[in-house]
Amino acid sequence: MGYLRDFKSQFKLKNFINYIVIALLTALFGTLSCVGVLEMSTQVLFEKFAYTLIMAVSLSLVVGFLGELSLGHAAFMSIGAYLGGYFQTYVIGDLNGNMPLLGIIIAMIVGGLAAGVFGFIIGLPALKLKGDYLAIVTLAFGEIVKTVFTNSETFGAATGLKTYRYSMDTLFIIGFVALLVILAVIQNLIKSRYGREITAVRDNEIAAKSMGVNVTRIKIFVFTLSAVFAGVAGAIFSNSQFNFKSSTFDYNYSIDLLVMVVLGGMGSLNGSMIAAIVITVLKTELTFILPGNLAALQNVAFALILILVVVFNNSPKFKPIREKAFGWARGLTEKLWSKIPHKNGDKGESDKGDHADWTEIPSKIKMDALLSTDMLPPDIVGAPEKTDKGEKQ
Amino acid sequence: MIDFLTMLINGLSLGGVYALIALGYTMVYGIAKMLNFAHGDIIMVGGYAIVVFFNLTGMPVVSILAAVAICIALGIAIEKVAYKPLRQASPLAVLITAIGVSYLLQSFAQMFFGAGGQTIVIENLGSLTIGELKIKWATMITLIVAVAIMVSLTIFINKSKVGKAMLAVSEDKEAAQLMGINVNTIITITFAIGSALAAVAGACYIMKTPNVSPTLGSLPGIKAFTAAVIGGIGSIPGAMLGGILLGMIEIICNSVPALSGYTVAIEFGLLILILLVRPTGILGKQKREKV
Repeated sequence: MGYLRDFKSQFKLKNFINYIVIALLTALFGTLSCVGVLEMSTQVLFEKFAYTLIMAVSLSLVVGFLGELSLGHAAFMSIGAYLGGYFQTYVIGDLNGNMPLLGIIIAMIVGGLAAGVFGFIIGLPALKLKGDYLAIVTLAFGEIVKTVFTNSETFGAATGLKTYRYSMDTLFIIGFVALLVILAVIQNLIKSRYGREITAVRDNEIAAKSMGVNVTRIKIFVFTLSAVFAGVAGAIFSNSQFNFKSSTFDYNYSIDLLVMVVLGGMGSLNGSMIAAIVITVLKTELTFILPGNLAALQNVAFALILILVVVFNNSPKFKPIREKAFGWARGLTEKLWSKIPHKNGDKGESDKGDHADWTEIPSKIKMDALLSTDMLPPDIVGAPEKTDKGEKQ
Repeated sequence: MIDFLTMLINGLSLGGVYALIALGYTMVYGIAKMLNFAHGDIIMVGGYAIVVFFNLTGMPVVSILAAVAICIALGIAIEKVAYKPLRQASPLAVLITAIGVSYLLQSFAQMFFGAGGQTIVIENLGSLTIGELKIKWATMITLIVAVAIMVSLTIFINKSKVGKAMLAVSEDKEAAQLMGINVNTIITITFAIGSALAAVAGACYIMKTPNVSPTLGSLPGIKAFTAAVIGGIGSIPGAMLGGILLGMIEIICNSVPALSGYTVAIEFGLLILILLVRPTGILGKQKREKV
């Protein structure tokens, strides 16, 4: 009973709005699709949404919450797609023919587990390496996986793997259900004790370690979990294709995913998902509209946006503008939020409960300010964290 | 024996190209503490500059020099616009910006020159024959140029005032500043030298494989970067060692039919292995982290 009461008092529409939106859209478009009103191109677009959104949230877990850069996330997806798709089509082909729903679920489990094993393996170097070096290992891993699949005769080598194509009418519904489950897992994880440990590692690894956080375990755990989700996305992808090649999952695809996470805002799942939808729509639509070489214009635009967003968010020159803009935006959202009637008098303010609100995890700067013990103002050259750079063993 | 010698020279020559690119990565990392992911794409820009100027003038040396000039200007511009505002930002933010710049250069090239490759034969130099040994002149020239540049760069870094200033900045930025070194100028010079090396590497590269495409620089760039990390990023002799090691491995793998498809996998596998055994690379300095 106590749990139920807690749940009631902590229930805020704001925290569940993404589930509700996704569930409603899935129900609406799912019904339309089953009735047969939905166009084929829309169905394909929704399939794309499903696996791209799963990839975006799973990468967001590593980049946004753990704070490690992964440049080979597409490799986990390719492992899921190849192994899941292969298992579904060639190992349990008969079962899959009779019951495709069971087939795709098994494919997702197999793909997810296979990718998870590799995520665990990639998580191991993460113990010794960090930052740039770890990013390179993930990049190298992505290239290795691509090369191995391209050369493997079992998986169709250069011509690609032929896999089972799931019914177009219902595949995206399954994809969105998988997305909902994954989203629930991630959001609850982030809110839990482990989530706080993950963000503590991101904000200051040494401080987290000294507080008793097992950094090793947390890093491996996040890498593995994120790889499992990417593997599930891969299995959905393989079901949306008749035939696919390993070159689909190249470095550029990993970068596209990274762009989604960065544009959406690091540490914001909803932001990543919105950015993923916007980018997928733009990529799909612009390819039709722009002729020939101008199609590259979309990539130019993405690259520019990426650079501008990062520079705007980090440059000291833009600090006054940034604060003004963010203050204005926050004021506006709070005003809008207070217009919506709430059951339990929630004014959109953060409550004083002891659970961490996953949308408001303190940024790195705030945490550093909280933890720093230095007496110098941060802009003075030679602030404490910089002075020990020249030290050697 | 002849086969071995041919392989050795080819490996050294390819390794020389990788070393030239890796030097750019390693110098920028040593001084600005950032991974310049766009470095590989500067090679590509250099390649296109050579194509354009060669079609205009028909003179190979002039077009290579023009490409070097363009790459230097581009390197400095990128540093000023994209990286300079981020000096105080987190490494992740800088890395993402660098990736954005790399993506931007590739997309621009694709927009103006198309996604397909352009073939360019600067000059058919033929082969050098000593007894039974037959080596392409392009390979020999690459090897000679690479060695000459590496030697002069080492002398420049260790003897000249600017070079010593670079070493000082890479050692301790703040202390260097207190000694009257203009850190911003040094960083700009580093980017300029790195980009010039990339342009030369680009010229060597298209002498070997006369095909210029928007993704020309991406794989050699990543491989050279691997070389820099294997050698120990931030260390100049390390970049040379790593580059030559990688070039030799690539030539050896390509000569064994069973392995040739897996060359890239073997190279990156080696990278992961070396990083696991020695997280800072072969010649990299171990640093103890302090709170």
